[in-house]
Amino acid sequence: MRKSWWKILCVVLLIYTFVAGLLIKVPKLPALEQTSRNLFFHVGMWAVMMTLFTVSVVNAIRYLRTFDLKYDIYARQYSTMGIFFGILGYITGTIWMSYTWADPNNPLFDSFSAVAREPKLIGTAIALLIYFAYMILRDSINDMDKRARISAVYNIFAYAMIFPTIWIIPRLLPSLHPGQQGNPALDFKDVSPEMRMVEYPAFIGWTLLGVWITTLKIRLSILKERKLSQ
Amino acid sequence: MKQLKHLFILLVSLVSTTVIHAQGNKSDFGELMRSNGRIYVVIAVMLTILASLILYLVRLDRKISNLEKEN
Repeated sequence: MRKSWWKILCVVLLIYTFVAGLLIKVPKLPALEQTSRNLFFHVGMWAVMMTLFTVSVVNAIRYLRTFDLKYDIYARQYSTMGIFFGILGYITGTIWMSYTWADPNNPLFDSFSAVAREPKLIGTAIALLIYFAYMILRDSINDMDKRARISAVYNIFAYAMIFPTIWIIPRLLPSLHPGQQGNPALDFKDVSPEMRMVEYPAFIGWTLLGVWITTLKIRLSILKERKLSQ
Repeated sequence: MKQLKHLFILLVSLVSTTVIHAQGNKSDFGELMRSNGRIYVVIAVMLTILASLILYLVRLDRKISNLEKEN
């Protein structure tokens, strides 16, 4: 195993998240009640997604500066894992909203029309679709240098599209998500101090886990490249 | 590395035997697990899943490291 201190940190933080995340006292909010503990799990997925997309675009820019194919592999794998965590965020969000936003007096299908108008759902769906297009664009080009160059440029555009679709437009529109005014996950006034104590370690732990898995994928694909070039 | 593995197995078996004992004697551990709406049972399940996923990742990491050494 390579450079293991941050992997140990990741495991420790995740264990802390799982134990403290279930045991601390959370403020009783209407409709949310105990489910506000999902802040450490569901919101964590989005934090990982944004971090991995950011690392991906940084590597795309590094590729364009050096034309070293290594950075192309980095950019690709980081955005793949970003998509993966984004989908996880979507799935966990579906479960969460089924028991909080959905009207219990109506069948789930009828509440769907109300929930589907949620700007954050639409915004992140657009952002994820743009990244799906990145994968399709990459894999449709056979020439290695061309593929790396075009997808690096596209990656920068895709990252630029995250700003309006996730960070700007959903905050301008009425939404079911809490903390619409300002920065929902990171605002100090929004979440109780006890939950803060778990939230930040949780975000760091999940992010490290995402990075760990990505480094494994990167090392595997570098091995594969080496075998192909032999 | 092999020593570490043995140590780990020893540790797991030790912990599991104390757990079994504790359940037999209805001592503190069993009481703890049944308190607080039995939330600790959920934590135990979640930690087991987390631990096995992490172990899987560690093994994968080692395998890739070995592959890198061979090339």
